Amino acid sequence: MRNLATLLFLGGLGFLLLVITGGLVFGDPPMLIGRGIQQAAPDQVGAANIVTAVVLGYRGLDTLGELSILFAAATAGGLVLGSTRSRNTRPAGFILRTGVDLLFPLLLVAGLYVVIHGHLTPGGGFQGGVILAAAFFLPLLARPQDVPDHTWLSVIEGLAGTAFIGIGLAALYQGEAFLTPMLDKGVLGELVSSGTLPLLYLAVGLKVGAELASLLVRLSGDDEVTS
Amino acid sequence: MIWFAATLVALTLGAALAVMLLRNLLAAVAAASVVSLGVAVMFVVLQAPDVAMTEAVVGAGLSGLILALALRRLGLARLEIGDAQGERDA
Repeated sequence: MRNLATLLFLGGLGFLLLVITGGLVFGDPPMLIGRGIQQAAPDQVGAANIVTAVVLGYRGLDTLGELSILFAAATAGGLVLGSTRSRNTRPAGFILRTGVDLLFPLLLVAGLYVVIHGHLTPGGGFQGGVILAAAFFLPLLARPQDVPDHTWLSVIEGLAGTAFIGIGLAALYQGEAFLTPMLDKGVLGELVSSGTLPLLYLAVGLKVGAELASLLVRLSGDDEVTS
Repeated sequence: MIWFAATLVALTLGAALAVMLLRNLLAAVAAASVVSLGVAVMFVVLQAPDVAMTEAVVGAGLSGLILALALRRLGLARLEIGDAQGERDA
Protein backbone atom coordinates (compact mmCIF):
# COMPACT_ATOMS: atom_id res chain seq x y z
CA MET A 1 0.00 0.00 0.00
CA ARG A 2 2.76 2.37 0.97
CA ASN A 3 4.78 1.38 -2.08
CA LEU A 4 1.76 2.02 -4.27
CA ALA A 5 1.34 5.48 -2.77
CA THR A 6 5.02 6.23 -3.35
CA LEU A 7 4.78 5.06 -6.95
CA LEU A 8 1.70 7.18 -7.52
CA PHE A 9 3.40 10.20 -6.01
CA LEU A 10 6.54 9.70 -8.12
CA GLY A 11 4.47 9.20 -11.26
CA GLY A 12 2.52 12.38 -10.60
CA LEU A 13 5.69 14.34 -9.91
CA GLY A 14 7.31 13.02 -13.09
CA PHE A 15 4.20 13.91 -15.13
CA LEU A 16 4.20 17.41 -13.66
CA LEU A 17 7.88 17.94 -14.48
CA LEU A 18 7.39 16.60 -18.01
CA VAL A 19 4.47 18.97 -18.58
CA ILE A 20 6.52 21.91 -17.29
CA THR A 21 9.57 21.06 -19.42
CA GLY A 22 7.33 20.42 -22.42
CA GLY A 23 5.95 23.92 -22.11
CA LEU A 24 9.38 25.57 -22.14
CA VAL A 25 10.83 26.75 -25.42
CA PHE A 26 14.37 25.42 -25.80
CA GLY A 27 17.05 28.10 -26.11
CA ASP A 28 14.64 30.96 -25.66
CA PRO A 29 15.14 33.78 -24.78
CA PRO A 30 18.61 33.88 -26.41
CA MET A 31 21.40 34.32 -23.86
CA LEU A 32 22.56 37.82 -24.67
CA ILE A 33 24.69 38.18 -21.53
CA GLY A 34 26.78 35.13 -22.38
CA ARG A 35 27.39 36.37 -25.91
CA GLY A 36 28.28 39.83 -24.63
CA ILE A 37 30.72 38.44 -22.07
CA GLN A 38 32.37 36.22 -24.68
CA GLN A 39 32.96 39.24 -26.89
CA ALA A 40 34.05 41.66 -24.20
CA ALA A 41 36.03 39.46 -21.79
CA PRO A 42 39.30 39.02 -23.77
CA ASP A 43 39.72 42.79 -24.02
CA GLN A 44 38.38 43.73 -20.60
CA VAL A 45 39.96 41.04 -18.43
CA GLY A 46 42.62 39.53 -20.69
CA ALA A 47 42.03 35.90 -19.71
CA ALA A 48 42.02 33.32 -22.50
CA ASN A 49 39.69 31.12 -20.44
CA ILE A 50 36.38 32.98 -20.42
CA VAL A 51 35.15 30.94 -17.45
CA THR A 52 38.00 32.31 -15.34
CA ALA A 53 37.23 35.81 -16.56
CA VAL A 54 33.69 35.38 -15.24
CA VAL A 55 34.61 33.56 -12.02
CA LEU A 56 37.35 35.94 -10.90
CA GLY A 57 36.90 39.06 -13.02
CA TYR A 58 33.20 39.77 -13.24
CA ARG A 59 32.02 37.69 -10.27
CA GLY A 60 34.96 37.75 -7.87
CA LEU A 61 32.68 38.43 -4.91
CA ASP A 62 30.75 35.21 -5.59
CA THR A 63 34.03 33.30 -5.53
CA LEU A 64 34.84 34.86 -2.17
CA GLY A 65 31.43 33.69 -0.94
CA GLU A 66 32.14 30.21 -2.28
CA LEU A 67 35.47 30.20 -0.45
CA SER A 68 33.87 31.26 2.81
CA ILE A 69 31.19 28.56 2.49
CA LEU A 70 33.91 25.95 1.90
CA PHE A 71 35.83 27.34 4.86
CA ALA A 72 32.79 27.13 7.12
CA ALA A 73 32.04 23.58 5.96
CA ALA A 74 35.62 22.41 6.48
CA THR A 75 35.76 24.06 9.90
CA ALA A 76 32.51 22.43 10.94
CA GLY A 77 33.75 19.09 9.67
CA GLY A 78 36.97 19.46 11.62
CA LEU A 79 35.01 20.44 14.72
CA VAL A 80 32.78 17.36 14.48
CA LEU A 81 35.63 15.00 13.72
CA GLY A 82 37.82 16.39 16.48
CA SER A 83 41.57 16.09 16.72
CA THR A 84 43.55 12.96 16.07
CA ARG A 85 43.47 10.59 19.00
CA SER A 86 44.69 7.13 18.12
CA ARG A 87 46.27 6.47 14.78
CA ASN A 88 46.33 3.42 12.61
CA THR A 89 49.99 2.39 12.67
CA ARG A 90 49.92 -0.69 10.48
CA PRO A 91 52.19 -0.05 7.48
CA ALA A 92 50.56 -0.29 4.07
CA GLY A 93 51.35 -2.96 1.51
CA PHE A 94 54.15 -2.83 -1.03
CA ILE A 95 51.92 -2.04 -4.02
CA LEU A 96 50.26 0.92 -2.28
CA ARG A 97 53.60 2.34 -1.12
CA THR A 98 55.21 2.06 -4.57
CA GLY A 99 52.13 3.41 -6.30
CA VAL A 100 52.02 6.41 -3.98
CA ASP A 101 55.71 7.12 -4.55
CA LEU A 102 55.06 7.05 -8.30
CA LEU A 103 51.87 9.10 -8.19
CA PHE A 104 52.84 11.80 -5.69
CA PRO A 105 55.12 13.91 -7.97
CA LEU A 106 52.81 13.45 -10.96
CA LEU A 107 49.77 14.61 -8.97
CA LEU A 108 51.76 17.54 -7.59
CA VAL A 109 52.77 18.69 -11.08
CA ALA A 110 49.25 18.16 -12.46
CA GLY A 111 47.66 20.10 -9.60
CA LEU A 112 50.11 23.01 -9.84
CA TYR A 113 49.69 23.08 -13.64
CA VAL A 114 45.92 23.24 -13.37
CA VAL A 115 46.12 26.02 -10.76
CA ILE A 116 48.73 28.16 -12.51
CA HIS A 117 47.20 27.79 -16.00
CA GLY A 118 43.70 28.53 -14.71
CA HIS A 119 43.40 31.72 -16.79
CA LEU A 120 44.56 29.99 -20.00
CA THR A 121 43.13 26.47 -20.07
CA PRO A 122 40.09 24.82 -18.47
CA GLY A 123 40.54 24.32 -14.77
CA GLY A 124 41.67 26.64 -12.04
CA GLY A 125 42.03 27.07 -8.34
CA PHE A 126 39.23 24.81 -7.20
CA GLN A 127 40.02 21.84 -9.44
CA GLY A 128 43.78 22.13 -8.98
CA GLY A 129 43.36 22.60 -5.25
CA VAL A 130 41.46 19.33 -4.96
CA ILE A 131 44.19 17.55 -6.96
CA LEU A 132 46.82 19.04 -4.62
CA ALA A 133 44.84 17.89 -1.58
CA ALA A 134 44.68 14.36 -2.98
CA ALA A 135 48.42 14.47 -3.70
CA PHE A 136 49.26 15.40 -0.11
CA PHE A 137 46.80 12.89 1.32
CA LEU A 138 48.27 9.89 -0.54
CA PRO A 139 51.54 9.63 1.48
CA LEU A 140 49.43 9.47 4.63
CA LEU A 141 47.59 6.48 3.18
CA ALA A 142 50.86 4.73 2.40
CA ARG A 143 52.73 5.55 5.60
CA PRO A 144 50.18 5.97 8.38
CA GLN A 145 52.85 5.63 11.06
CA ASP A 146 54.44 8.98 10.15
CA VAL A 147 52.05 11.32 11.93
CA PRO A 148 52.26 14.57 9.97
CA ASP A 149 52.16 17.88 11.75
CA HIS A 150 49.27 19.56 10.01
CA THR A 151 49.40 22.93 11.72
CA TRP A 152 51.22 24.25 8.63
CA LEU A 153 48.15 23.34 6.60
CA SER A 154 46.05 25.82 8.61
CA VAL A 155 48.83 28.41 8.27
CA ILE A 156 48.81 28.04 4.45
CA GLU A 157 45.02 28.17 4.43
CA GLY A 158 44.90 31.36 6.47
CA LEU A 159 47.64 33.06 4.44
CA ALA A 160 45.97 32.15 1.14
CA GLY A 161 42.59 33.45 2.31
CA THR A 162 44.23 36.67 3.52
CA ALA A 163 46.02 37.02 0.18
CA PHE A 164 42.73 36.68 -1.74
CA ILE A 165 41.03 39.38 0.34
CA GLY A 166 44.21 41.49 0.30
CA ILE A 167 44.28 41.53 -3.50
CA GLY A 168 40.64 42.56 -3.47
CA LEU A 169 41.36 45.36 -0.98
CA ALA A 170 44.32 46.52 -3.09
CA ALA A 171 41.88 47.17 -5.94
CA LEU A 172 39.74 49.15 -3.49
CA TYR A 173 42.82 51.19 -2.54
CA GLN A 174 43.39 52.03 -6.21
CA GLY A 175 39.92 53.52 -6.40
CA GLU A 176 38.31 50.59 -8.20
CA ALA A 177 35.57 48.25 -7.00
CA PHE A 178 36.40 45.35 -4.64
CA LEU A 179 38.24 42.51 -6.44
CA THR A 180 38.54 44.39 -9.74
CA PRO A 181 41.37 42.82 -11.80
CA MET A 182 44.41 45.08 -11.50
CA LEU A 183 47.92 45.18 -12.99
CA ASP A 184 48.89 44.91 -16.63
CA LYS A 185 46.73 42.60 -18.76
CA GLY A 186 49.64 41.49 -20.93
CA VAL A 187 49.33 39.47 -24.12
CA LEU A 188 46.27 37.22 -24.40
CA GLY A 189 47.22 33.59 -23.98
CA GLU A 190 50.60 34.05 -22.28
CA LEU A 191 51.35 32.60 -18.86
CA VAL A 192 52.01 36.00 -17.27
CA SER A 193 48.90 37.84 -18.39
CA SER A 194 45.48 39.02 -17.26
CA GLY A 195 46.82 40.92 -14.26
CA THR A 196 45.90 39.66 -10.81
CA LEU A 197 43.78 36.70 -11.94
CA PRO A 198 46.59 34.10 -11.74
CA LEU A 199 47.52 35.38 -8.27
CA LEU A 200 43.90 35.09 -7.16
CA TYR A 201 43.65 31.57 -8.54
CA LEU A 202 46.91 30.61 -6.83
CA ALA A 203 45.44 31.82 -3.53
CA VAL A 204 42.21 29.90 -4.21
CA GLY A 205 44.14 26.75 -5.11
CA LEU A 206 46.32 26.85 -2.00
CA LYS A 207 43.33 27.57 0.25
CA VAL A 208 41.14 24.82 -1.19
CA GLY A 209 44.04 22.35 -1.21
CA ALA A 210 45.05 23.03 2.38
CA GLU A 211 41.45 22.96 3.59
CA LEU A 212 40.55 19.67 1.96
CA ALA A 213 43.88 18.07 2.85
CA SER A 214 43.40 18.88 6.54
CA LEU A 215 39.81 17.57 6.33
CA LEU A 216 41.04 14.29 4.82
CA VAL A 217 43.82 14.02 7.43
CA ARG A 218 41.28 14.48 10.21
CA LEU A 219 38.86 12.04 8.64
CA SER A 220 41.50 9.34 8.29
CA GLY A 221 43.00 10.07 11.71
CA ASP A 222 41.07 7.71 13.91
CA ASP A 223 41.13 4.00 13.58
CA GLU A 224 37.84 2.47 12.57
CA VAL A 225 35.32 1.96 15.33
CA THR A 226 34.97 -1.74 15.97
CA SER A 227 31.49 -2.55 17.12
CA MET B 1 27.88 10.68 -31.80
CA ILE B 2 24.37 9.67 -30.75
CA TRP B 3 25.60 6.12 -30.12
CA PHE B 4 28.44 7.38 -27.98
CA ALA B 5 26.03 9.48 -25.95
CA ALA B 6 23.56 6.59 -25.67
CA THR B 7 26.30 4.23 -24.42
CA LEU B 8 27.42 6.85 -21.95
CA VAL B 9 23.90 7.38 -20.61
CA ALA B 10 23.38 3.62 -20.33
CA LEU B 11 26.69 3.24 -18.46
CA THR B 12 25.89 6.09 -16.08
CA LEU B 13 22.38 4.85 -15.38
CA GLY B 14 23.68 1.31 -14.91
CA ALA B 15 26.25 2.53 -12.40
CA ALA B 16 23.57 4.56 -10.60
CA LEU B 17 21.43 1.44 -10.39
CA ALA B 18 24.42 -0.51 -9.09
CA VAL B 19 24.85 2.03 -6.28
CA MET B 20 21.40 1.11 -5.00
CA LEU B 21 21.56 -2.62 -5.59
CA LEU B 22 25.09 -3.49 -4.44
CA ARG B 23 25.23 -5.03 -0.98
CA ASN B 24 28.90 -4.16 -0.49
CA LEU B 25 29.17 -0.53 0.60
CA LEU B 26 32.70 -0.01 -0.72
CA ALA B 27 31.60 -1.29 -4.13
CA ALA B 28 28.64 1.10 -3.99
CA VAL B 29 31.04 4.00 -3.34
CA ALA B 30 33.11 2.92 -6.36
CA ALA B 31 29.95 2.75 -8.47
CA ALA B 32 29.00 6.27 -7.34
CA SER B 33 32.41 7.42 -8.60
CA VAL B 34 31.67 5.77 -11.95
CA VAL B 35 28.41 7.76 -12.14
CA SER B 36 30.36 10.99 -11.65
CA LEU B 37 32.91 9.94 -14.25
CA GLY B 38 30.16 9.28 -16.80
CA VAL B 39 28.60 12.67 -16.08
CA ALA B 40 32.03 14.28 -16.47
CA VAL B 41 32.50 12.72 -19.92
CA MET B 42 29.01 14.00 -20.80
CA PHE B 43 30.08 17.51 -19.82
CA VAL B 44 33.10 17.17 -22.14
CA VAL B 45 30.77 16.08 -24.96
CA LEU B 46 28.61 19.15 -24.25
CA GLN B 47 31.77 21.33 -24.49
CA ALA B 48 31.99 22.36 -20.84
CA PRO B 49 35.53 21.30 -19.92
CA ASP B 50 35.65 23.42 -16.77
CA VAL B 51 32.55 21.82 -15.31
CA ALA B 52 33.75 18.40 -16.47
CA MET B 53 37.02 18.89 -14.62
CA THR B 54 35.26 19.88 -11.42
CA GLU B 55 32.89 16.93 -11.72
CA ALA B 56 35.72 14.47 -12.32
CA VAL B 57 37.92 15.82 -9.53
CA VAL B 58 35.28 16.43 -6.88
CA GLY B 59 32.59 13.92 -7.82
CA ALA B 60 34.68 10.98 -8.87
CA GLY B 61 37.77 11.61 -6.78
CA LEU B 62 37.21 13.53 -3.59
CA SER B 63 33.66 12.51 -2.67
CA GLY B 64 34.52 8.85 -3.27
CA LEU B 65 37.55 9.24 -1.01
CA ILE B 66 35.53 10.97 1.71
CA LEU B 67 32.76 8.36 1.53
CA ALA B 68 35.30 5.52 1.72
CA LEU B 69 37.04 7.15 4.70
CA ALA B 70 33.69 7.65 6.41
CA LEU B 71 32.89 3.96 5.85
CA ARG B 72 36.22 3.02 7.40
CA ARG B 73 35.56 5.28 10.36
CA LEU B 74 32.17 3.72 10.89
CA GLY B 75 33.63 0.24 10.64
CA LEU B 76 31.54 -0.61 7.59
CA ALA B 77 34.36 -0.95 5.07
CA ARG B 78 34.47 -4.63 4.29
CA LEU B 79 35.86 -6.11 1.09
CA GLU B 80 33.64 -9.18 1.40
CA ILE B 81 30.14 -9.32 2.83
CA GLY B 82 30.24 -10.72 6.34
CA ASP B 83 34.04 -10.69 6.42
CA ALA B 84 35.09 -8.96 9.61
CA GLN B 85 38.75 -9.33 8.68
CA GLY B 86 38.33 -7.51 5.36
CA GLU B 87 38.44 -4.08 6.95
CA ARG B 88 41.84 -4.87 8.43
CA ASP B 89 43.32 -4.96 4.93
CA ALA B 90 41.54 -1.82 3.72
